[in-house]
Amino acid sequence: MLSGGVTANVALKKWVLQKKRTLPVETDLGRARVSQDVTANLDTFPKWLQHHERVRPNRPAMRHKDLGIWREWTWAEVAHIVRSYALGLMAHGVQRGEKIAIIGTNRPKLYWSIMAAQMVGATPVPVYADAVAEEMAYVLDHAEVRFACVQDQEQVDKILSVDDRLAAIQMVFYDEPRGLRDYDHSRLQPIDEVISQGEAMTLSDPAAFNRLEAAIREGKGSDISVMLYTSGTTGRSKGVMLSAQGCINAARDTVKFDKLTEDDQVIAYLPLAWVGDHYLNYAQAMIAGFTINCPESPETAVEDRREVGTTFAFAPPRVYEGMLTRIMIRMEDAGALKRGLFHYYMGVAKKWGEKILNGESVPLLARLNYALGEALIYGPLKNVLGFTTVRVAYTAGEAMGPELFAFYRSIGINLKQLYGQTEAFLYVTCQTDNAVRCDCVGPAAPNTEIKIADDGEVLYKSPGQFVGYFKEPEKTAETMTPDGYVRTGDAGFFEKDGQLRIIDRAKDVGKLKDGSLFAPKYIENKLKFFPNIREVVAFGQAEDNVTVFINIDLTAMGNWAERNNVSYGSYQELAGHPQVYEIIAGHVAEVNRQLADEPMMSRSQVHRFLILPKELDADDGELTRTQKVRRSFIADRYDPLVKALYDGSEMADISIEVSFEDGRKGKIEGRVKVMDAKTFPASAVKAA
Amino acid sequence: MKEFKTIAPGEELLNVENVTLRFGGVKAITDVSFNIKKGEVRAIIGPNGAGKTSMLNVINGFYHPQEGRITYRGATRSKMRPHVAAAQGIARTFQNVALFKGMTTLDNIMVGRTLKMQKPFFWHVFRHGPAMQEEIEHRKFVEEIIDFLEIEHIRKTPVGKLPYGLQKRVELGRALAMQPELLLLDEPMAGMNLEEKEDMCRFILDTKEQYGTTIALIEHDIGVVMDLSDRVCVLEYGLKIADGTPEEVKANQKVIDAYLGVAH
Repeated sequence: MLSGGVTANVALKKWVLQKKRTLPVETDLGRARVSQDVTANLDTFPKWLQHHERVRPNRPAMRHKDLGIWREWTWAEVAHIVRSYALGLMAHGVQRGEKIAIIGTNRPKLYWSIMAAQMVGATPVPVYADAVAEEMAYVLDHAEVRFACVQDQEQVDKILSVDDRLAAIQMVFYDEPRGLRDYDHSRLQPIDEVISQGEAMTLSDPAAFNRLEAAIREGKGSDISVMLYTSGTTGRSKGVMLSAQGCINAARDTVKFDKLTEDDQVIAYLPLAWVGDHYLNYAQAMIAGFTINCPESPETAVEDRREVGTTFAFAPPRVYEGMLTRIMIRMEDAGALKRGLFHYYMGVAKKWGEKILNGESVPLLARLNYALGEALIYGPLKNVLGFTTVRVAYTAGEAMGPELFAFYRSIGINLKQLYGQTEAFLYVTCQTDNAVRCDCVGPAAPNTEIKIADDGEVLYKSPGQFVGYFKEPEKTAETMTPDGYVRTGDAGFFEKDGQLRIIDRAKDVGKLKDGSLFAPKYIENKLKFFPNIREVVAFGQAEDNVTVFINIDLTAMGNWAERNNVSYGSYQELAGHPQVYEIIAGHVAEVNRQLADEPMMSRSQVHRFLILPKELDADDGELTRTQKVRRSFIADRYDPLVKALYDGSEMADISIEVSFEDGRKGKIEGRVKVMDAKTFPASAVKAA
Repeated sequence: MKEFKTIAPGEELLNVENVTLRFGGVKAITDVSFNIKKGEVRAIIGPNGAGKTSMLNVINGFYHPQEGRITYRGATRSKMRPHVAAAQGIARTFQNVALFKGMTTLDNIMVGRTLKMQKPFFWHVFRHGPAMQEEIEHRKFVEEIIDFLEIEHIRKTPVGKLPYGLQKRVELGRALAMQPELLLLDEPMAGMNLEEKEDMCRFILDTKEQYGTTIALIEHDIGVVMDLSDRVCVLEYGLKIADGTPEEVKANQKVIDAYLGVAH
């Protein structure tokens, strides 16, 4: 009964939203066309904050679920808090132009920290919350941070543990006081206290208040609005400096492109330090005036999204994949009737869903059947996933499997791809609503120019384009072309319909010994589309043929093991199981068959493979914090296994050091089986 | 009803004197005396069958010893009764999780508030008027515990579906909901992996710090015991063989013999 109520409620919300959308929406940008654009001169985010305080003081700016209840702050309240916070920071001696670290998960106080820092004229530097102390020390030291705003004891502990290397750090402000009571507070202070100090100053110290007002006025578009550290796929991470005007211009373009208004809802669950969160949630909310909803904890994001009914969603492919895997596993456990209904209507969706979404002509009967499916299956499914009210959903970061992509689109979710970079302040390309395909990332984003270099590298000029890397002008120069384009480092080409297709990192695209093209990521992605495979590392540069390391997906394979009475004690044991090898061999053969079909890639068929006894992990440096494989690092680390792939041996021994979640080190040892894969002659497939 | 006093930190909260517990001819506990001071973490360790769980059962009145006296918050008696123990602020968790498996995490923890419900039964039946008001207050308290134990994501999950480590956490939550003066933990870390153990240690220390709860715990992981506790009491075959700070106990020859075995 309760869930029925929720469904009705969400459906009502959706209806109201649609109604509102059909009326001429009076947004700031809409109004701009009619009269003088009041927002044209707003070149920094603090100015936008004041603008929202004037234009929509009582609209919700932010929500946070705390103690099981959604708390809400209006734009007027947020503006007031941020002003107090900024005054408090000024009282601590925060200077214009200096960097302030922001470390933690998505919580209002950390977003306010970003706003307050910008208000004072300082530059916020969000840092990945799950970074180990070592990585954090590098960033804090490199950015010359004197002040840090952090979430909790965990982050405080990390900073204190590398204290000896951070000469500059003066004060750490924290959000959650838990566990910190007995700490030495000479250099620690709760954020709440900073805010209340500032609040007291608003009344008692008009001079300080005027200084703050002046600081906001002084802010200009060329100021560095935020500095985001790259995830460091290759080597040390770099501090990408983004200007206020650039950020605002870019966000204005996409707000217009996706017709975002103050009625939109987003859920902020992506890492604060990632450009995606700073752009899609923070910058777009600051322009459009919509609501940022902070989940209770990272684990509750799906449930919380469902409660707020988000309208704009972003998730990397692996999140969509995780959701689909969970649905499929749960459907396997459902009763025969439900399972039958589900599979029947998924078939209907597969046949007609995408066509309906793309506005193509569909027979009436099919439309009616689809509508029935919507009532019985798709609607409830979207409700469970929290996608009922979603108008625009994006994915980016990695290639997404065609079946996965089609699944979401077929049940009526407007899922699109974008391609972007920290250096571009996200958008380089994005797909328009009715021209979506899964193997491409869309045409150039608004006001963005793209050009393909002679070696296939994608170059762009964009409104949000970065100013440079912090303290690394030589690296900035390397990244720019003489005529002012930014190198993406990715190789790609334009399809006939004007959409960009990315194949791989430009520097990773190599050649086999016989000179034929070798694009490792292309092969890896094809294999990763199988739910049983979580991660793949392909080798082949200057070799006779292509070989791969495979990481199985423990959720999917574990589920298979349970159903087939295969017992296993650990990841390592399951990974080495002969039946698992057989399944994976089947997947590899399927990919080889597909590759044999593609003239450019037929030489790239996988000849030998092995399943790694350990999951690749960012803590061991094998993946980046954004979960991309670091190929050369892995090749060094697992050298005996790489050799075994090429010397024809059937077994190989490996012994490697691993770090556990608590920071301790351990060792994994074992014998790994190397298997030959079935390959197909390029011509044979065509004949068949 | 006897007078219960408020005990200041560092003072004696519970004193067990010369307790002997027999089941027929078997002596489970023989003439054991020890005390628990307010605000400390007190560990009871010992090999299997040493009488540790029996000792906890004696403290919260589930077993009645044949000899000896128990003084809790200034009131001395020869045996404790479970409902008095609960009403006077003794809460516990069990070695094998004892939750209501079909109920959600939230409901299980709400159960811990039962004794704090003041309003007439009549109103609670209809969940209306004063009872509703009261429930809101209790819910707020429970939500704080959920936040404290970081179990927001399983708030509405039936506990039977949860992995063991989380069930243990929910059980701790239910005990905390009673706002106990003295919290008895029976092997809170049994069967947990390293990460879960570390989390549990953190929760125990945070409980002590945030709520000022006195904690008595039985645990087999000696590393954990030595790190967590202020004082350790060691039992063997129902006898107390050592008592003191972790360092003292570690150096005690009898303890070493009991744990490592000794050639007779």
